[in-house]
Amino acid sequence: MPIGHYLVLSGLLFAIGTAGVFLRRNLITLLLSVEIMLNAVNLAFVAFGRQWATTDGQIITFFVMTVAAAEAAVGLAIVIALFRHRESLNPEAFTSLKW
Amino acid sequence: MLALIPLLPFGGFLVNAFFGRRLPKSISGGLATAVMAISCVISVMQVMTLAGMTPETRQINQVLYNWISAGDFSLDLALRLDALSAVMILVVTGIGSLIHLYSISYMHEETDPEYARYFSYLNLFCFFMLMLVLGSNVLVMFVGWEGVGLCSYLLIGYYYEKKSASDAAKKAFIVNRVGDFAFILGALLMVVTFNSLDFNTVALAAKGMPAETATFGTLSIITLLMFIGATGKSAQIPLYVWLPDAMEGPTPVSALIHAATMVTAGVYMIGRNAMLFEHAPMTLTIVAIIGAATALFAGTIGLVQNDIKRVLAYSTVSQLGYMFLAMGVGAYGAGIFHLYTHAFFKACLFLGSGAVIHALHGEQDIRNMGGLKKHIPITYWTFVIASLAIAGVPFLSGFFSKDEILFETFVESHRLLWGMGILTSLLTATYMFRLVHLTFHGEERFSRGTEPHGHVADGGHGAHGAPHDAPWPMATALVVLALGSILAGYVNLPHALGGHAALHEWLTPVFNATNCGQEVTSGALAGMAIEECAPVEERDPAEHAKTEITLMIVSSLIALGGIGLATYLWLKHKEIPAKLAAQYPGVHRLLLNKYYVDEVYDATIVQPIKVVSTEGLWRGFDVKIVDGAVNGAGYFVSGVSIVLRLLQNGSVKTYAASMFAGAVAVLAYYLWR
Repeated sequence: MPIGHYLVLSGLLFAIGTAGVFLRRNLITLLLSVEIMLNAVNLAFVAFGRQWATTDGQIITFFVMTVAAAEAAVGLAIVIALFRHRESLNPEAFTSLKW
Repeated sequence: MLALIPLLPFGGFLVNAFFGRRLPKSISGGLATAVMAISCVISVMQVMTLAGMTPETRQINQVLYNWISAGDFSLDLALRLDALSAVMILVVTGIGSLIHLYSISYMHEETDPEYARYFSYLNLFCFFMLMLVLGSNVLVMFVGWEGVGLCSYLLIGYYYEKKSASDAAKKAFIVNRVGDFAFILGALLMVVTFNSLDFNTVALAAKGMPAETATFGTLSIITLLMFIGATGKSAQIPLYVWLPDAMEGPTPVSALIHAATMVTAGVYMIGRNAMLFEHAPMTLTIVAIIGAATALFAGTIGLVQNDIKRVLAYSTVSQLGYMFLAMGVGAYGAGIFHLYTHAFFKACLFLGSGAVIHALHGEQDIRNMGGLKKHIPITYWTFVIASLAIAGVPFLSGFFSKDEILFETFVESHRLLWGMGILTSLLTATYMFRLVHLTFHGEERFSRGTEPHGHVADGGHGAHGAPHDAPWPMATALVVLALGSILAGYVNLPHALGGHAALHEWLTPVFNATNCGQEVTSGALAGMAIEECAPVEERDPAEHAKTEITLMIVSSLIALGGIGLATYLWLKHKEIPAKLAAQYPGVHRLLLNKYYVDEVYDATIVQPIKVVSTEGLWRGFDVKIVDGAVNGAGYFVSGVSIVLRLLQNGSVKTYAASMFAGAVAVLAYYLWR
């Protein structure tokens, strides 16, 4: 399978994730969208690694997965704390940190 | 050993400055006086050693350390004792010790910390003066030169709560700074010309140069600049204005400034650089003219002043004029001789006036004195002896030194300057005995201490009433100085009177630089051939003996005439001075207001500087440009941030969007580059 297919799929997933980050009004959905973006990038890495016959793409994917797991843990914890604080999951409710 | 002479007073200063607050008066004052006395003893011992040497090698050097070393220029922090500085250290430590002793009693009504502060300043003053006279090069001298300026500021402003005292202190400091500026320019030009600041090297180099008789060359400029420095320090026209105001300090300080230290610095400096000045005859002429003019000018002012210390202050300015006249006609020995005799009788006069003021609890106006003779006999007799000496009455110290100056001026055929000198001599005798008569003779015009006033609050003096004479430390100082006023002149008894002019002989090698050795080692001068310059031709003493005797008789008559005139006007016919003043009100007012010199300086120098500083530098440059730039930067930043802070709205999504837009922009840049 030519690399173009993988990259198109990766691009589509990244676009869906980005759109989710900007358009959804729920913090948990936002986190999910970020995960989709990360995985789109992972797909691109693996595809390039196969194309050039190196293991670099695979290795960096593992790193990204680890970071994503940690991010999910911390992110969800923050979301729970925020929810307890404001009874809301809308990001627009949390704008008090400004001048 | 030599270094101990200045270092002892410095040690006394340190102790009194840092611990004086906790010391009782007997210790702080006693210590300050003791270090001066020990310093005086060491000075005498050192001078004895010096006297044992041959005149050609008569120098004691002590290098403390190498101060500046740059390329082939090198400068040591070094002390040097030679015949000239020997005279000076004896005057400074000797008279200085007596003034310290006197102060113990005079200042005893101050509180402990104030008392210690006074003595620490006094010691520091002597330290700097000793550095000035012992320094072996111009820079060490300059340290002392600036130091005495500082100490005069501190001491004149000793009663700093009094506005007039702090103003006088500032005036003294600023006027001195004007002179110091010229002095340091002269020193810099000296470095450029000779590549050395050492007095020996410079004197030897100058000796090899032709005298600048026709042109106003480098040597003339150096000496003129240094002389301007001397006019500041030694209170000559045009920079004399600070000295009369310096009377705001405690009276012993006036004695110290006027007799032993500070004002003699300028005369000493010219003596030290005699070889330079000798090769700049034009500067010498200026020195002589300024000296004679100052002597006459200050003498006329002294004639009408009513403050006992102010009369003495103008007499100092006038006597310093004599010294500069002597220097200017090339009679360096005579100038230094007058400096030395003047130290005795002027210190005695100031300390005597202090005793009068002390006895009258702060009264300084001679119109409120009179008839004190029978109340304070010791003060009276010492004061009269010193007045006779300063007036130039025969066979007292002032007679010998003043006559030598007038004789030298006459012989060097400066007849006009000689005339000014003689006239000043008449004025001196007149105003000094006006002072004596108004203070000690005639009817009693003082109030008998119904209210204690002036600077001293009464402390343990016993009941007020009749004025009391000086206590023993003051009396001792007065008597010793009065003896000095009588006898000091005999060290230089002129040939005409069967003497040997011993002081003259002692000093001549210094002025002719025959005691400096012949080696010149420093860079630029190493190759320069030093011509053997014939010593300044010695006059045959016998040849002029007749002239000298005649002149002595003339000036004796003048002095006695002046005293007689004063007696006639202010003791016998008291209505005449008032009548004269009424007849010539313009002249009287002119003299009383000191020729309006202060007012003229105020209008031509002080006020313009004030206006330029206030309107131009402060309101113009500082407020508009400096503050404008600083505040402008602040306003600009805060103005911009009012707009920029709108970006930080706290919304996570906006931040994410801007991050995304940034990433896209960076990518786009690399893709379409």
